Amino acid sequence: MTAILDIKGLDKFFGGVKAIQNFSVELPEFGIYGLIGPNGAGKTTIFNTITGIYRPTGGSIRLQGRELVGKQPFQVANLGVGRTFQNIRLFTQLSVAENVFIACQSDADYNLLGALTRLGGFRAKEARLREKSLYLLDYMGLSQVAEAKAGSLPYGHQRKLEIARALALNPRLLLLDEPAAGMNGDESRELVDFIFRLHAEFKLSILMIEHHMDVVMKLCQHITVLNFGLTIADGTPAQITRDPGVIEAYLGREEQPC
Amino acid sequence: MSTYEQGIIILIGINIIAVLGVSILTGFTRVFSFGNAGFMAIGAYVSALLSLRAHAPFVAAILGGMAVAGAISWLLGKLTLGLRGDYFLIATLGFGECVRVLFEYLDPITGGARGMPGIPAKTTLPAVTISVVLAILLAWNFLHSRYGRNLMAIREQGMAAEAVGIDTAHYKTLAFVVSAIYAGWSGALYAHYLTFIAPNMFNLDKSAELTITVVIGGLGSLTGSVISTVLLTVLPEVLRAASTYRMLFYGVAVVLIITVRPAGLMGYREFSLAPLHRALDRWRARRLAAGTGAKP
Repeated sequence: MTAILDIKGLDKFFGGVKAIQNFSVELPEFGIYGLIGPNGAGKTTIFNTITGIYRPTGGSIRLQGRELVGKQPFQVANLGVGRTFQNIRLFTQLSVAENVFIACQSDADYNLLGALTRLGGFRAKEARLREKSLYLLDYMGLSQVAEAKAGSLPYGHQRKLEIARALALNPRLLLLDEPAAGMNGDESRELVDFIFRLHAEFKLSILMIEHHMDVVMKLCQHITVLNFGLTIADGTPAQITRDPGVIEAYLGREEQPC
Repeated sequence: MSTYEQGIIILIGINIIAVLGVSILTGFTRVFSFGNAGFMAIGAYVSALLSLRAHAPFVAAILGGMAVAGAISWLLGKLTLGLRGDYFLIATLGFGECVRVLFEYLDPITGGARGMPGIPAKTTLPAVTISVVLAILLAWNFLHSRYGRNLMAIREQGMAAEAVGIDTAHYKTLAFVVSAIYAGWSGALYAHYLTFIAPNMFNLDKSAELTITVVIGGLGSLTGSVISTVLLTVLPEVLRAASTYRMLFYGVAVVLIITVRPAGLMGYREFSLAPLHRALDRWRARRLAAGTGAKP
């Protein structure tokens, strides 16, 4: 199986702080991989480095063999990397429909002249984008609230809207940053089914950060555990749960009797 | 219509065009510029020189002014739009003053601080009307396309805009160039209306006035910008006696708007007949219901 995302020896230092050290992962096409670790372990920094928000101190990030290091965030997005944000970043003053409609912009095949004069099939092309965004809204179950302001949605809907917006890019790789944050047991079980459906329907490879262990264990074929920027374990969910290093990072070490 | 009334309408039209540009830049992209009077000056001087020296036709003179303003804004945007918002604002402020001073120093070409008289009076009411209709139509089409939506995405959430593949630096430059082209258009009409231009007509006050007009009308609403331009052009004329206090009035209005109604007069909304249609539909439905209900 070929890797869609191949990260080798990734380092990111902020001055003296080593946020990520020697991180590597090889995400196969159509795989679902997870990143876990305590707060401040460097998980979101890895996402921000993949998507070009940060420039890594060292290492390489390849998407289907193409180097992503040095690319601008919008270029990474246009190569087929969709993402959601841990602290939700929607276009809050705009409607739910507009949020997705905007994200369809890479499909727009008219130029400035076409937009200004409305000639050259502009209306039909816009209608196609509109249709696509409505399909995505419907798929995410957001049709009912399509005209509501994105900022006024309840939390769970906002997370779904972020996913819908990421899907509008036609991504091959989807980076989910804590999709289950703030969800209760029922909601996160629903989320697991939902992500499986997305994965199949849109033929996605997924890399996700998540704290809910039940979600990660059910979804991910492979998990990397980070602590203070270091990879302390990686393997299948079953291997991870037995790893003494992981247990120590999450639960602490048993006091040695003195 | 008296020439006085015609004059006010022409001035409203000229201001609307400059304000539309600032509306796209500030209202829709949330990039603040205090240099747009500088682009008006460039449009005014370039078109006036084309008319006086080259005897160019009016349309060519206007297009020349717009093109030069657009080209200079593109260069300035490339240099300065990488700066954070407030630094960019200061850069444009400096640019506007530079342009004004430059036109004062270029005495042999521009007549310096004394100004430039004898520009042919070609800005008639029909010319302004056509310009305004065209300017509104183009701005509307621009905003209701991928281009305008991308600008709004940048306004709302820059990082998310990048994450959906929008080249934010490119689109900010585009918004800046569009605003400068509109300012150049407005300046060209202004020069050919007054038949006389001087550098101090395009000072910082003028730039501030453009931004204030957009803020009062509502950031993110073309309709608001147009309404607010009409109000702010007509009010000083109606209250002639108080016109000395114009800038004072602007200041108070902005403070009031920001504290009481930060969204401005229109606040993201555009004028549309949709609510009227909906009301009409409801009324029809009620009548229909009443009609069927009355039947035994």
